[in-house]
Amino acid sequence: MTTQLPPGIQLEKVDERIMTLNVGPQHPGSGHMRLIIKVDGDYIVSCDPDPGYVHRGEEKMAEYRNYIQNIPHLERPVIHDSCNILYPYCLAVEELLGIEVPERAKYIRVIASELNRCVYTLYWLGIYGIFLGHSTMFMWPMGDRELFIDLLEGLSGARVTHAYLVPGGVRNDAPSNFEEKCLRHVNYFEKRLKEYEDIFYQNPVLKQRTEGTGILSRMDAIRLGTTGSVLRSAGVDFDIRKKEPYDVYENLDFQSQVLKDGDSYARSRVPYLDMLESCRIIKDALKKMPKSGSVRTKLKPNPKGGNDEAYRRVESGRGALGMYVVSDSKPEPYRLKISVGSFRNLICMPYLLKGEKLGNMPAVYWSLNYWPVEADR
Amino acid sequence: MSSKKKTNAKPSETVEEESHLVKEESKPDISTKEESAVVPEPTFEKSIASRIVSKFGAKTVIGFIKPNRIRINTKKEDILSVASYIRDELNFDHAESVSGVDYPASKEIEVVYHLGSYSDQQLEKQILTLATRLPREDVPNPGNDSTRMPSLRDIFYSVEFHERECFEMLGVYFEGHPDNRRLLLPEDWADIPPLRKDFRIKGK
Repeated sequence: MTTQLPPGIQLEKVDERIMTLNVGPQHPGSGHMRLIIKVDGDYIVSCDPDPGYVHRGEEKMAEYRNYIQNIPHLERPVIHDSCNILYPYCLAVEELLGIEVPERAKYIRVIASELNRCVYTLYWLGIYGIFLGHSTMFMWPMGDRELFIDLLEGLSGARVTHAYLVPGGVRNDAPSNFEEKCLRHVNYFEKRLKEYEDIFYQNPVLKQRTEGTGILSRMDAIRLGTTGSVLRSAGVDFDIRKKEPYDVYENLDFQSQVLKDGDSYARSRVPYLDMLESCRIIKDALKKMPKSGSVRTKLKPNPKGGNDEAYRRVESGRGALGMYVVSDSKPEPYRLKISVGSFRNLICMPYLLKGEKLGNMPAVYWSLNYWPVEADR
Repeated sequence: MSSKKKTNAKPSETVEEESHLVKEESKPDISTKEESAVVPEPTFEKSIASRIVSKFGAKTVIGFIKPNRIRINTKKEDILSVASYIRDELNFDHAESVSGVDYPASKEIEVVYHLGSYSDQQLEKQILTLATRLPREDVPNPGNDSTRMPSLRDIFYSVEFHERECFEMLGVYFEGHPDNRRLLLPEDWADIPPLRKDFRIKGK
């Protein structure tokens, strides 16, 4: 005991009354992360999230690849939301290299990332449903997700890892039947979402399990620096698509969705309301989109930026997603930092789970719209 | 003892470096560029930056002023007072990200805080970049060497996990942080902090 411990290592006292549980990293209840939960009887005394199980060093890898080579591996943290994670990267690189994006490409980008937001949210909703014992809510979103995957496959050629957004526009133009097909799918999905409301969000069992659990106040949501659905469910109206509109979002007709309760129910409802808004955005963008024109500004091989830096952010399925790119006049970024919503919302987890019943853990955990792979990068 | 000597030697170096920075990105240069361009001059951003500079004088240096983006460079001794001024007087209330950037050529590590505001409607678009440079040692000994700075956790609570990540990835020790443990890396990681430039990926 006399030897000094190296920094980063702490000893802790063991209490007989308190039991430590390791939830994860392979436990299906926690995704690919470990939660070290201490329980006193049925109540959680403390929760210590331990991410990093699927850490892949995306930021380090980016320093060895040029701006174009970085595209496919940067979308790996969230393959279900790949257009949204590439969006801030493209915006930042365009700012650094001074690239203009054609008008049609801007609209296609917005449509692709809204489709992607629906793909991600449906996947998340399926997991959320099955963890609350609602297996219909697992099957329906997984089935309806195919509608959007179909559209994105038409755009990019790949079902999940699209690599569709590139600095300077999009990789290729939309197929000729895209608009008509997209409108048909989105119209069908809007009707379908009303059924989701009836079977899931108005379900008394779900309401009982989620209403009033894991309450985050407005002040704490701001203080903890949360983002996305966690922030907007606590009554803070902050949607980056509205507050700092990028590309053509300022021309499109939609509203940012805000709820006031701040509990698990509100947190799980905001992404659902966002999907309804996504449908509005897609329909409006299809109407306003230029029908023809270039979709990609050609870049020189190995494009270089100056000695500069850029920080750009977008609203992804899980909240603000920022990319900080530092350039040193070389074809590779000198440093690339990915600031993801999941990682920023991680700080709520010990805060919200303290004092909850252990049985409410999945309801609180998954309502945070947390994607472990993205948080680990 | 040796580390103390180094900390004594460092401040003068950082001052020199900062003055280099000012020469490179000299303020009049940027403003003339923006005046000549079609982009309107960001007066609001300028007013925020000038408030900070008039309060702290030579302790802070404006890195750049772009539309919606301001960069303030400061020394690590002053970062606590600058950060609390930014929070209390300018209403920035949360940190979006904390990134460390390694500069082995000038033997420095830069820690960059991106601060934003939820509660002030005027500042919704703004990201304030607060950066400070720390001495860097060739053979890192995370936690025990001179690469350390005061933690901003008491001012911006939201930096907690970001600073933990910065500690393990670049070896920057945050004094006063309650929880300087590993976060993403495995507990038995025995190599140097991986985001330093001298940590090489296999085959590259």
